[in-house]
Amino acid sequence: MSVVIECLSYSYNLGTPAIVTALSDVSVSVERGEWVSIVGHTGSGKSTLAQHMNALLIPQSGRVEIDGTEVKPKAKGLRDLRRKVGLVFQYPEQQFFAETAREEIAFAPHNWGLRGQDLDRRVADAASAVGLDAALLESNPFSLSGGQQRRVAIASVIAAKPDYLVLDEPTAGLDATGIRELTHLLSELKRDGLAIVQVTHDLQSALDRSDRLLVMENGVGVTVGGAEDVAAFLLRNPVRGLVIPPLVQFSAGLRARGIEIPLTGDLDTIVRKVEERSATPLKYEPANGACAASDGQGRCSS
Amino acid sequence: MQFLSGISLGQFIPGESFLHGLDPRCKIISTFILLSGLFMASKAPDFALWAIFLVCLSAMSRIPLGTILKSARPVLFLVAITVLLNIFWTPGREVFRAGFLRVTAEGLVMAFEMGMRLFFLVSFASMLMMTTSPMAFSDGLERLFSPLAKVGFPASEMAVMMTIALRFIPTLFEETDRILKAQVSRGADFDSGGLLKRARSFIPVLVPLFILVFKRAENLAIAMESRCYVPGARRTRLNPLAWGRRDTGAVSGLVAFISLVVLLDRTFLRHFSL
Repeated sequence: MSVVIECLSYSYNLGTPAIVTALSDVSVSVERGEWVSIVGHTGSGKSTLAQHMNALLIPQSGRVEIDGTEVKPKAKGLRDLRRKVGLVFQYPEQQFFAETAREEIAFAPHNWGLRGQDLDRRVADAASAVGLDAALLESNPFSLSGGQQRRVAIASVIAAKPDYLVLDEPTAGLDATGIRELTHLLSELKRDGLAIVQVTHDLQSALDRSDRLLVMENGVGVTVGGAEDVAAFLLRNPVRGLVIPPLVQFSAGLRARGIEIPLTGDLDTIVRKVEERSATPLKYEPANGACAASDGQGRCSS
Repeated sequence: MQFLSGISLGQFIPGESFLHGLDPRCKIISTFILLSGLFMASKAPDFALWAIFLVCLSAMSRIPLGTILKSARPVLFLVAITVLLNIFWTPGREVFRAGFLRVTAEGLVMAFEMGMRLFFLVSFASMLMMTTSPMAFSDGLERLFSPLAKVGFPASEMAVMMTIALRFIPTLFEETDRILKAQVSRGADFDSGGLLKRARSFIPVLVPLFILVFKRAENLAIAMESRCYVPGARRTRLNPLAWGRRDTGAVSGLVAFISLVVLLDRTFLRHFSL
């Protein structure tokens, strides 16, 4: 069970002078329960790729297969595929239309035919999955804070019980606390069995969290792989607009000086490895467990 | 799934051609002359001349004829309705009847005339918009209306309003498309159910769109005020419009062409029925 994309190409305004090629020959797959990040600069085609994952866009050439069903124009099951793969757009709170958060979250499951108690239960489940206070369900979504609005928006997508959750720049426009909370929330959703596809330009957070990364540049998939491989690749072949996190550069520098440590952006690992090499322990207090969630800026806080 | 796309009615196509280079005032005036000229044409040969003229314009603007014809597509529906109404509801000599519907010879002629006129009208109007940037267009309008400012007509405010409206059409289309996609991926279904159900299904698109529009308007107002925009203040221009010899030439050429067509229509073609 997986979302498989093979040799996908897509151009906007096909057949007009204003043609723009957004994707050329991109291949990637997402297994159930996996966290895959699509990393790239603005305009690298990552959002277009994300919209293919739930059949909003139909491949012009190449294949997209969702749990064994191929996405074809005019195919019957497209709506079912969209239920399987939830897509959270960039700034998803801009789609709000309902008067209460509850109605907003109920929109998707209602569209897929849930009514009455089933619907209420589904809304309550989604709200608690994103850590939204039940009391807030009756409030106007526009009166909530930025972070809470984002939660309502994500709840409104996972309320349809998708197997895959694709998020386009989920942390855009959030403050540091909001980003940390959201990343934590996504990890929890993943632990509950949801596959996460995160579209982002923040290499740090992608390296920290993902099982695999796809790096995109100008509509082409530059490399696919685990965090360490991708970091090593990017150190050798820099991609415009992607800044290698300072800690990764640091660990690369240590490796170049013969210290055997993994290529990582995780401060705890680096400190531990350096301590092993030095006679005197460093005066560094590893933060507590909750701190495993870095705030996306390389800092560690609890 | 096909979302909003390919709306080319009134979209500016940048270029360096003769038509692109004309003064916007010249193009606006010419379009009005053209449109009034169109209503003096009534016979098939007239329209053949108009078609040749449209081909010439396409060459002079280096915009392919196909693009111009495509731009008329959104109003084909209107043309079709006009044609049908004229065919069936013009009194006169009966050609044949099907049930309560009577087709008259006069109706057929009328339908042909109106259909042709509407089609050329839209083609010429979109020709104007395709070769004139929104900025140049509103500049031209402002200058054309500026004599009226003396009697209190808000010419420059109108021009600013128009520039803003035109500027935001593509943006609004993009945003509508994004909201549509977002609601579709949450399972919204716009293509099934009765009329009422379909109309209701657009609420989740219209509400967010209105919110975005109001927010944009607010931001734009703040941005304009912070750059000291004052309605009705006297402003100078970076690139003042300059009416050149070729503008005069273009308008005179056009008037000559229309006079020719009208002359033909009233003399040689007087006895033509179509």
